[in-house]
Amino acid sequence: MKTLLKISLIGLLILISFFAQAQITADQVLDKVKDNMNANSTITESKMVIRGKRNTREIVSKGYAEGNEKSFTEYLSPEREKGTKMLKLEDKLWIYNPSTDRTIQLSGHMLRQSVMGSDLSYEDMMEDRELKEIYEATIVGEEKIGDRNCYVLELNAIVEDVSYQIRKTWVDTERFVPLKEDLFAKSGQLLKRVKLEDVKEIDGRWYPTKINYKDMLMSGEGTDFIVLDIQFNPEIPDYIFNKASLKR
Amino acid sequence: MIQFILKGIVRDKNRSLLPIIIVALGVTLTVFLSGYLAGVFQDVIQQNARFETGHVKIMSKAYAQNKDQLPIDLALLETDKLKDELQAEYPDMQWVQRIKFGGLLDVPDDEGNSRSQGPAAVMAVSLLSENTQELDRLNIRNSIIKGNLPKENGEVLISNDFADKLEIEIGDEITYVGATMYGSMAFQNYTISGTVKFGNIGFDRGAVIMDISDAQQILNMENGATEILGFFNNEQYQSESAEDIVKKFNAQYENTGDEFAPEMQSLEDQNGLGEILAYSNYMSQIIVTVLILAMSVVLWNTGLLGGLRRYKEYGIRLALGESKGSIYRKSIIEAILIGAIGSIFGTLFGLLATYYMQEVGLDISDLLNQSSMIMPSTIRAKIIPSQLYIGFIPGLVAMVLGNMLSGMGIYKRETAHLFKELEV
Repeated sequence: MKTLLKISLIGLLILISFFAQAQITADQVLDKVKDNMNANSTITESKMVIRGKRNTREIVSKGYAEGNEKSFTEYLSPEREKGTKMLKLEDKLWIYNPSTDRTIQLSGHMLRQSVMGSDLSYEDMMEDRELKEIYEATIVGEEKIGDRNCYVLELNAIVEDVSYQIRKTWVDTERFVPLKEDLFAKSGQLLKRVKLEDVKEIDGRWYPTKINYKDMLMSGEGTDFIVLDIQFNPEIPDYIFNKASLKR
Repeated sequence: MIQFILKGIVRDKNRSLLPIIIVALGVTLTVFLSGYLAGVFQDVIQQNARFETGHVKIMSKAYAQNKDQLPIDLALLETDKLKDELQAEYPDMQWVQRIKFGGLLDVPDDEGNSRSQGPAAVMAVSLLSENTQELDRLNIRNSIIKGNLPKENGEVLISNDFADKLEIEIGDEITYVGATMYGSMAFQNYTISGTVKFGNIGFDRGAVIMDISDAQQILNMENGATEILGFFNNEQYQSESAEDIVKKFNAQYENTGDEFAPEMQSLEDQNGLGEILAYSNYMSQIIVTVLILAMSVVLWNTGLLGGLRRYKEYGIRLALGESKGSIYRKSIIEAILIGAIGSIFGTLFGLLATYYMQEVGLDISDLLNQSSMIMPSTIRAKIIPSQLYIGFIPGLVAMVLGNMLSGMGIYKRETAHLFKELEV
């Protein structure tokens, strides 16, 4: 009798968990992605592989971030980029260049320019609002990416000032890591494709360590952003996120 | 006989004044419009050639496909060697390297923070090398409003309007922010040596002119350029020669799969200038034809009125035994003389009007504020040799045609009824 009860309970639990998973909403998926991918603070050492028409360049940088609104990046190599620093505070972006000893605030059309010749624009870097604040998300299906099951989310902008009107995101149903994202213009034209690969478990969370950004309006294989090392929730001194730190 | 007819024309002003005025007006219009259009088209073509297209232009094949976007990553490399080869192969032309690129100009305040910013269109030409022809070709010396030409690397010229917008003065330092040809960040400080105004809206809006060596350094484009422009030594575009050079040059790289191989385009292949050239050639013919038709109708009518007024005279001449053919031929000779006199006056007035428009011009800068086309902001006419004879075509043809049509009435008169008509 006890065995029968146990089997029934286990069966019920499986059924409940299956039911619960099947009923998950798009907003819940986004919350889980946020919990997994975001941290109060991060220190990341990364390498950007930029494939140009004539050559391929690798740029190594160290980035400090607090939430979505504060970030500071120092470029470490190659020689031409070494010492260049970027500071983002909310909707403002400053760049410091050591050879001219100038700190310049980028604004307007310059924000639409490519970052270091990559497929990523400054505007892409500047977006710090939560997806839920600016998009209405719906789950439109489930698909496989490689051997991973994914929810397919469609996000439609609910505010005017967004770079991409529609986003289509594939989120791992188990690890809640986005594995692919297509970014569309208002006209429906595909502008960018982001592929997130080499998902590793770091500090108890699943995190993609290779991200490929591809500007679909340009030829080429896109830009790889490779995470060499990442620390979640480290203490970052306040002076880092200050304009004075650019010249330090 | 001609002297006799001339005396008639001079003495009987009722017979000649109105037709001469009509012919002179039409011819003035023809001569002036012909000079005006020649001036406008030549200005547009020359401005485009000097600033943009050259008489021929060489780019990489990939750059040529996207040239409107100024893709500096697709620039030509090893251009010094290519330029030397071109100079040896085509000695009748001058070859110059240029780089065009965009970026941001940032003006610092006393503490080094951004005081003002603006998007810049940079044109890098040979400014500092000895014997450079670019200063004359682009008329840079005469276009300087304030300051001087750059004397050394690190000095740049900026368009006067742009300098006003950024609130900068001669000697101020500005920072260029952009990207190298490989996509790296490009930062460089420059000193303003002078401001320029070309009278060309596209450039005057936000141009920076620097020496090509400065641009090669900032863009990491050593021994490279986005364009090599070729100009005929006499600075006049020669369509057939240009086409021959283009064919010969491109044949060398026809079957190469290299997207960075050079490709040459003639002036006519660029910016729709071929259509403008063809249009300018046809335009004078169209104007002359339209004016001949319009003036013929007016002069026909004038001839008819004259014929009515001279009804009695023709009748007496016929009664005295002069043949209808003789009267008709003399009226045609008279028309030729009136047409010639009107054409001489018309040509003179047309040339004077053209000369005025050549020297003073018409300022159309307000109309071009939103235009990106390379257009002169002051439209000027130009006196050309064909103006000396072009007016005689409508002047004579219309007058003769008008008289031939109106003179047909002479043949309708019947000699048997003449005395009866004259009694009346």
